[in-house]
Amino acid sequence: MPDPMLAIAGVETFYGAIQALHGVDLDVGRGEIVTLIGANGAGKSTLLMTICGNPRARAGSIRLDGEDISGLPTHEIVRRGVAQVPEGRRIFARMSVFENLQMGATLGNPANFQGDLERVFAMFPRLAERRDQRGGTLSGGEQQMLAIGRALMSRPRLLLLDEPSLGLAPLIVRQIFEAIGRIAREEGVTIFLVEQNAFHALRLADRGYVLANGRVRLSGSGSDLLANAEVRAAYLEGGHA
Amino acid sequence: MAYFTQQLINAITLGAIYGLIAIGYTMVYGIIGMINFAHGEVFMIGAFISLIGFMICNLLGIGSAPVAIVLVLLIAMAFSSVYGWAVERTAYRPLRGSFRLAPLISAIGVSIALQNYVQLVQGARPKPGGQVVSGGFTLFSADGFDVRVSWLQIIIVVVTLVLMAGFTWLIARTSLGRQQRACEQDMRMAALLGVDVDRTISLTFVLGAALAAVAGMLFLLYYGVIDFFIGFLAGIKAFTAAVLGGIGSLPGAMLGGLLIGLIEVFWAGYFSSEYKDVAVFAILVLVLIFRPTGLLGKPEIEKV
Repeated sequence: MPDPMLAIAGVETFYGAIQALHGVDLDVGRGEIVTLIGANGAGKSTLLMTICGNPRARAGSIRLDGEDISGLPTHEIVRRGVAQVPEGRRIFARMSVFENLQMGATLGNPANFQGDLERVFAMFPRLAERRDQRGGTLSGGEQQMLAIGRALMSRPRLLLLDEPSLGLAPLIVRQIFEAIGRIAREEGVTIFLVEQNAFHALRLADRGYVLANGRVRLSGSGSDLLANAEVRAAYLEGGHA
Repeated sequence: MAYFTQQLINAITLGAIYGLIAIGYTMVYGIIGMINFAHGEVFMIGAFISLIGFMICNLLGIGSAPVAIVLVLLIAMAFSSVYGWAVERTAYRPLRGSFRLAPLISAIGVSIALQNYVQLVQGARPKPGGQVVSGGFTLFSADGFDVRVSWLQIIIVVVTLVLMAGFTWLIARTSLGRQQRACEQDMRMAALLGVDVDRTISLTFVLGAALAAVAGMLFLLYYGVIDFFIGFLAGIKAFTAAVLGGIGSLPGAMLGGLLIGLIEVFWAGYFSSEYKDVAVFAILVLVLIFRPTGLLGKPEIEKV
């Protein structure tokens, strides 16, 4: 694959003395949807946060369009076109939906704001209805929509999503995954998706990686991984498959 | 009735000054969860800079009181902001991420250092500030008692109201204020959206220091005498005001300041002026026991 958008090589991350990532290698190509699956505690969220510089990688390199970003502060990494929908959504609970979206546009060009806002409202009409409601009063699904909308307001080139389906009803999960697919296809945003919901994620993704105990254990196309016996046994059986 | 009204007027004036200082405590607590015990000293330094500023105005022959006040206000805000910024930069930022007590201890150290610094360069004796604004008018007379309002009291209350309104607008409506609130709620998420968290924290200290400097100038005008130790008591009372209103809450700090002014003045007016500080700090104890979140404070737990 020539010149990936995001190239992660040998990344090691620690929480104090505890090592969470043991040399992760992984690529995300321009325009791809790549998913990372793995059990709880495998280091998936840690990897996403490490990409954004908090915590920092203690070893290895993280390259965005060839530039090593692993030493940059978070807001500088984000400025280069990375947006994250973090674990637990992290909506600003005491701000309105509108203000949350304004926060998403912190780095954006003010001239684009109105247009971007309308695009997000078109994608998630529920947000338009709840525009002046406080973020903390939204349902889980609405909060997830808001978290995705907030990330889109910065017009990212690379969107990192951390378990967007967590704790949501199956119908909402389907809506969220549909929206993610549309963001990739219609807006041309490259997507790196972390999921425990391996079935949905692998069906949507071009390629996938399996993370276990802080290391990449398997990789392949979404359909290959879906068919893989080990993946089926560990992450799919008894679930949606 | 006349006596009561007079006390009320005095209390509002004092409460305005406490409220301005309390905003600095509450904002810093809101964003980094520490009590900036050096804040009272920034207020004291603001008063000294104002004193020097009025002397310079005098030397330059600026006779008009409003012009002098505005000039000195701007100078005091600018210089005190630098102090506020420098204190955060040197004494708190290196300790961020360290154990919770570390910045608190550092704050107490900075407070002592600043007091001694001012004592060294300005001397220990109280300094008279001279009268910039004098006169007033009689509101009404009853029971052989004249209720007086001084021009200075009106200036203090008006300046405070204008600044508080401006500040509230800044926090509620501007993108700067939005970033400040975002950092307060979730610093990590704010950074993920591109907010420069360090800069926002610096800005919080700068704004708090600027308001404390205004309070320092008003204090100088109101009492006419300052020394290097005024920051201690005024600082702790403003801190009490912030706790009473609900630490972390901006309207709470303003309300708390007003209430502390009322308690102090009415206690002194009706009971005993020796024990007015005891009354104020008794309130601090009672609030901490019965309503630790204060009057307008937010409970710690939120729906997630």
